[in-house]
Amino acid sequence: MNASLPMSEGVAGQASSAKPADSLPAATSRTRHSATVRVTHWLTTVAFLALLLTGGEIVLSHPRFYWGETGNVNMRPWLNLHLPSSRDTVPTGYGYVLPDQNGWSRYLHFEAAWLAVGTGFFYLLYGWFSGHFRRNLLPAPSDLSLKALAASIGKRLRFAKPGADEARSYNGLQRLTYLLVIFVLFPLMIWTGLAMSFGFDAAFPLGVQLLGGHQTARSLHFLVTILLVLFLVIHVVMIFVAGFRERMRAMITGRIDNVGTAAPAVRRAKLDSGANTCGGLTL
Amino acid sequence: MTEISRRKLITGGLAVAGGASGLAVAARLARRHGLIPPDAGGRYGAGEALTYAAQRVLGQHSMAREFSRSAISEKPFANEVDPLGDEFKRLQSANFADWRMTVDGMAARPTSFSLAEIKSFPTSSHITMIGCEEGWTYIAEWTGVPLSYILDRVGALPRVRYVVYRSFQPAWWESIDMADALHPQTVIAHSMNRSELPVPFGGPLRLRIPRQLGYKNVKYITHLTLTDNLKPFGKGTGGSASDGGYAWYAGI
Repeated sequence: MNASLPMSEGVAGQASSAKPADSLPAATSRTRHSATVRVTHWLTTVAFLALLLTGGEIVLSHPRFYWGETGNVNMRPWLNLHLPSSRDTVPTGYGYVLPDQNGWSRYLHFEAAWLAVGTGFFYLLYGWFSGHFRRNLLPAPSDLSLKALAASIGKRLRFAKPGADEARSYNGLQRLTYLLVIFVLFPLMIWTGLAMSFGFDAAFPLGVQLLGGHQTARSLHFLVTILLVLFLVIHVVMIFVAGFRERMRAMITGRIDNVGTAAPAVRRAKLDSGANTCGGLTL
Repeated sequence: MTEISRRKLITGGLAVAGGASGLAVAARLARRHGLIPPDAGGRYGAGEALTYAAQRVLGQHSMAREFSRSAISEKPFANEVDPLGDEFKRLQSANFADWRMTVDGMAARPTSFSLAEIKSFPTSSHITMIGCEEGWTYIAEWTGVPLSYILDRVGALPRVRYVVYRSFQPAWWESIDMADALHPQTVIAHSMNRSELPVPFGGPLRLRIPRQLGYKNVKYITHLTLTDNLKPFGKGTGGSASDGGYAWYAGI
C-alpha cells in the first residue's frame, strides 16, 4: 500500500496542471460525488451552522451544565462556562446582561433540526439503497489495522498533501470518521436534543431515563456539539491541505480534475476488490 | 436536448409536482385535524408546525413523567417576576380572600370563582419537573384543580378549541389547545410541595402544565376564556410569548 504512494503523489503533481474538468469529454470525467451526496452535504451544512449559532445563543441564557434530572442556579453545576448571560438571574460575575435572543434562536434551532433530520433521513435511504455506504464509507479490512491507521494519522498530522487516487475515494481513516459522525454523533445529537423536549419526555420517557435525566441529556448535547465542532474544524483544515479549489469543486459540481485520465478503471477495480488505499484526502 | 436530460427533466418535473401536491394535501389534512399552531405564519412557521403536529400525532395523551417524593428538589428556583404592585400586596395581605378567577367565552355557565371555591374543588397532585426554556429545571409536587374539571363545571361548548389564560400581570397571558386543556395533569395549582403555593412560584394560582415549558405555566391566574379562535387576542398568535417572538407551542 505504501509502495503506491509515491506514484500517487506524482500524479497529484500533474493534477494541478490538468485541464479543467468541464472541458473534458463526458466519457472521461467521472462524477466524484453524486448529486444526492452534494445536495444533502450542503443542506446539512446550512442546518448545522444554524443549529450551532442558535444553540450557542440558547446556552448563553444559562451557561451552566448539570448531571441528572434537575439543575438551576441554586444547584452546583459540573461545568460553568463563565460566559456573560442573557439573563440577570444567572450569577456570571459580569456586570452586564446580554440581549435576549432565545425566541428566534429556539424557533430557528428546531426548524434547522427538522431540515437536518429530513436531509439525514433522505441521505440514509439513499446511502443504503444506492450502495453509497457499502462502496464509499465502509472501510476495507486492511485499512483497519493499527499500522494502517497509525500511518494514516501520521500523514494527517504532517499535513501531507494526499495522493491522486485519494481524490476519487475516501481513505480508511476518513471513512471511519464519517461513519462515526453519521451513525454515532448525529443520532446522539438528535436523541439528546429530543430528550430535552417535555413533550418527547412524556411520550417516550425511556428516551430520557436511558440517558440519565433531563440535565444529563442537556450536558451530553453540549459535549457532542464540541465533538462535531472539532470534526468541522479538522474537516475544513483537511480540505485546505488537500486543495481547497479541487475539493470544493468536487462537492459543488461533482467533478474533479481529470487526474490520470487512464486510471479511473484501474482505481475502480481496486476499490471493488476492497483494497482501497489508506492514503489520505480530506477528512 | 439529449435523451438523458429530457428524461431527467420529466422525472424531475414529476417529482416537484408530486412533492408540491403532497405538501398541499398534508397542509389540508393538518388543518382539518387541528395540527397547525396559531403562530405557523412567518419564517419559522414550517418548523413550528412540524414540531407541534409531530408531538400531537405521537403523544397527544401521553403523561408527563412523575417522580418519587425523594426526587423533589430541595432548592427549587423561582424565576424573577415583574413587580406585582400595590393591588396585589393588598390582596396578599388579606391572604387572597378576594382573589377571583373568571371563566368566560364559549361556556354555558360563565362564572367567577373565589379562591376558597377553587380550593374546595376536587384536587389532583403530581410530582413533576418544570423546566425553563433557558435550560434549568426543578422537581416539585403540585396540587390543584384539574382544568378539565373547571371546563366541565362552566359547561364548555363542544366548539371550544383553545383555553386562553391570563395573569394578574396584564403582560402575561397564554393559550393551550384542548389536548393540553383536558389533559389530566393540567391543573390550576394552588399548592406546591403540600404547602400553599408561594407567591414567587405563582401563588395563589398558577396554571401548571407539565408537558410544556415554564413560560406556558403562567403565574397569578385571574381569567380563563374559552374560544375557537385566537385571532382577536393580542396580536393573534395565541399568547404574550408568541406575540413577543417565542414559540406558542412549548412542548419542546
